[in-house]
Amino acid sequence: MPELDAVDRQIIAKMQGDFPLCERPYAAAAAALGIAENDLLARLQRLLDNRVLTRFGPMVQVERMGGAFVLAALAVPEARYDEVAAKVNALPQVAHNYRREHALNMWFVLATETPAGIAEAIDRIELDTSLRVYAFPKEREYFVEMKLAVRQ
Amino acid sequence: MTESLLDAIDRALIVATQGGLPLVARPYEAVGAQIGISGDEAMRRLQSMLASGIIRRIGAVPNHYAIGWTANGMTVWDVADERIDELGVRVGALDFVTHCYRRPRALPDWPYNLFAMVHGSSRDEVGDKAKQIAELLGSDCRASDILYSTRILKKAGLRI
Repeated sequence: MPELDAVDRQIIAKMQGDFPLCERPYAAAAAALGIAENDLLARLQRLLDNRVLTRFGPMVQVERMGGAFVLAALAVPEARYDEVAAKVNALPQVAHNYRREHALNMWFVLATETPAGIAEAIDRIELDTSLRVYAFPKEREYFVEMKLAVRQ
Repeated sequence: MTESLLDAIDRALIVATQGGLPLVARPYEAVGAQIGISGDEAMRRLQSMLASGIIRRIGAVPNHYAIGWTANGMTVWDVADERIDELGVRVGALDFVTHCYRRPRALPDWPYNLFAMVHGSSRDEVGDKAKQIAELLGSDCRASDILYSTRILKKAGLRI
């Protein structure tokens, strides 16, 4: 785990949402943390470079703009795992992808600007990998709130 | 004819920021300049997309492994159809569940219809939390599993 000081932890805890919409938002956010704007910018850059943060910016809900978001899985033979991962990851429609311990051992999220884009992406993956894609579109969302603080 | 939910400028704004907001003193002005609008208009449009839910939030997305959440389990449950909506809401309300959805089964390979993400510093911790879900579901749950993630293969976020 990369070295994180108390200020880095505060940034991660407090900056997962509500980033100000004003002319100098980093200055406003830095003031709330009791640090200088330049310090905040340098720290965000370092946290992104170290991959402690994967992104900093707006998070779009693609369904609200008329698109679709679908969880999908593959049962990938071990010997083909890296090859299949490369093929799946090559699609821009694949927003993220995780290896998991199960017969269904590759789980990824497809996000497309139109609902038809999901079927196209699934067809593409099935064609490229010769594996069956299991699609698990959400039927109901009971809760979503992905805000994890730094674990002590 | 269905009208697009986004106009061309909103879409351009999403494309310009989907890799991240620029790390400069005036990021909205910088993004606006890229797509030919003022910083004020960029802010106004972002505000309106936040209000309509097209943008969920603006902020940092941590890599949860890097901040100490090293055990990440997708817990999955086969819950009676007539009970799942009531129970799904209660599972989603548990303070340690970060995502909770109803999804279709894929029989016979996949009997599970309730998905709840649970994170911890160890598999024991995730297992203990899963036990609390099992207790809540009781006899309405016929089978369950925990799929731990062992590698992030890609984490790019949305790209349109």
